[in-house]
Amino acid sequence: MSSKQTPAQGAGVGVRGRDSGTLERFENPGLHPHKPRQADINASAAKRAERQAVTLFAISALASVGAVVGYFMIPLDQTVASVRLSNLTLGVGLGLGMLGFGLAAVHWAKTLMSDVERIDERHDQRGSDETRAEAVQLLKDGAADSGIARRPLLKGAVVGALALAPLPFIVPLVGNLGGDWDVSKLRHTAWRKGRRLAIDPTDTPIRAADVTVGSIFSVMPEGLSEEEHYLEEKAKAVVVLVRVDPRELDENAEHADWAYDGILAFSKICTHVGCPVALYEQQTHHLLCPCHQSTFDVTDGAKVVFGPAKRPLPQLPIAVDDEGYLVAQGDFDEPVGPSFWERLK
Amino acid sequence: MKALAASRRHRLAPVLLVLLALLATGVVYSMIAPAPKAVAEAANADDIATGEALFVANCATCHGINAQGGPAGPSLIGVGAAAVDFQVSSGRMPMSSNGPQAPVKPPQFTGEQTAALAAYVASLGPGPSIPTEEMVDPTLGNAAAGMELFRTNCGQCHNAVGAGGALSEGKYAPSLMDTPPSEIYEAMLTGPQSMPVFNDANITPEEKRDVIAYLVAQREPAAGGLTLGGLGPVSEGLWVWVVGIGLLIGSAIWLGAKSS
Repeated sequence: MSSKQTPAQGAGVGVRGRDSGTLERFENPGLHPHKPRQADINASAAKRAERQAVTLFAISALASVGAVVGYFMIPLDQTVASVRLSNLTLGVGLGLGMLGFGLAAVHWAKTLMSDVERIDERHDQRGSDETRAEAVQLLKDGAADSGIARRPLLKGAVVGALALAPLPFIVPLVGNLGGDWDVSKLRHTAWRKGRRLAIDPTDTPIRAADVTVGSIFSVMPEGLSEEEHYLEEKAKAVVVLVRVDPRELDENAEHADWAYDGILAFSKICTHVGCPVALYEQQTHHLLCPCHQSTFDVTDGAKVVFGPAKRPLPQLPIAVDDEGYLVAQGDFDEPVGPSFWERLK
Repeated sequence: MKALAASRRHRLAPVLLVLLALLATGVVYSMIAPAPKAVAEAANADDIATGEALFVANCATCHGINAQGGPAGPSLIGVGAAAVDFQVSSGRMPMSSNGPQAPVKPPQFTGEQTAALAAYVASLGPGPSIPTEEMVDPTLGNAAAGMELFRTNCGQCHNAVGAGGALSEGKYAPSLMDTPPSEIYEAMLTGPQSMPVFNDANITPEEKRDVIAYLVAQREPAAGGLTLGGLGPVSEGLWVWVVGIGLLIGSAIWLGAKSS
């Protein structure tokens, strides 16, 4: 509705015709005729509505009292059942207490309180010209009084102090986002030449002979839990170890010497967005990522066979030491996990 | 005693002594090498024969007449009694039709028949055997240690509380909420179907029992009330969006409606 036409009660309302551009006028239908409710004309209906509201209030009161009584009466021994009962009593009591009160208040208002329609006319949002002029004058007087136009040094000081005031919040906030900005840490993991592969979380070293065909081991570098920044290092260094029938592998593959007799170790961190890739279908030799269903074929260098990941999982070159334990031949030859801006520099 | 002393020079005394010595040796032998084993072995031979008959009638179509495997089913030589007990007592085998995965269904064989089949397959080659009651008793396991192991090794497929989850192309990791402890143990040991093997070097027998204790503990009602299947944001989101927002819309309509 255009602002030029301010329809008053009972006046015609303008609607622009679809094709002619002329205004069609029709009468403002006004409000529907008032219909009295059952409670207005029937004393017993009013009584019933009152009873209903009172009942709802009573339910609310009883539920509130019940919750408090339950809090004191139900003993919390160390069993799950007692915690469950206590929580249930408190929750049901609190919920019914609020719900009963709300329902009763609304029911009361709808059935018993006055429901006569009335019109509040909207007043102009624009102030009167006098008020507006007065407000402008007040601002001007204030500016003149402060002398900000005459004292440029003060003006600069105010602006400077205001601009600096948020920095104590913003600088730590941004600074703590990344911890530090040294992305070279993303290129290296805790794997070193000769470091043993150990079972996560027990830190038991793994003998090559113990890895049966069809198994999967969750692996971390041996002794990592003793080191500084253990969780950060573990987050980069986690590996899944699988053993397949060596006949399934291509002997002439580029990194055939990174495996040991069908035992293969791959980074557990998806190259898409870094979820732990550990769903292993031992019959198809596929590793699945739980987040976006990227699928990697472990017999083919963990190449992506399905899903949004773009790169194969990095392979950890492994060998066996003198005592028959699996060791790393070195670190991964590429950064593990998802891509980052400086990855290829 | 005089008569006994006098008769020790009797010419039959050495014979009697030898007989007594033989008897004593026999008694001692029977105590060192207990008789039940001999009985069990005898029963085993029967079991193996029964098992072979059952195998030929019910399994050989896919697994081959000598369990050597074929185009439709893998070789069973060396899979052990544990694999047979898992597959047959959970009803997965015999499969009713070819598909991505053998589903759990009512077992097709009695306990005795399953044991006979297991004995036959175990006789074909050494493999993992059926765990004892004590090895799978959840009350003897440490549920907290089991949780750590489960979430490292099993939760990615079976969900953090063992509610199960989807794999690729119609395969899935089943829910473990109703799986008997012995089947959980056998599944870890043998790696059925898509599941990898978790041998005793990877998860020791005690640790397997811890995992069982953790899974059995998940069957208790949760302290927080309804778990909605333990599926995380999927079922919780459905509940909030459909039931929660539906109730809010209903309340808004009721608030706005005039009383009659």
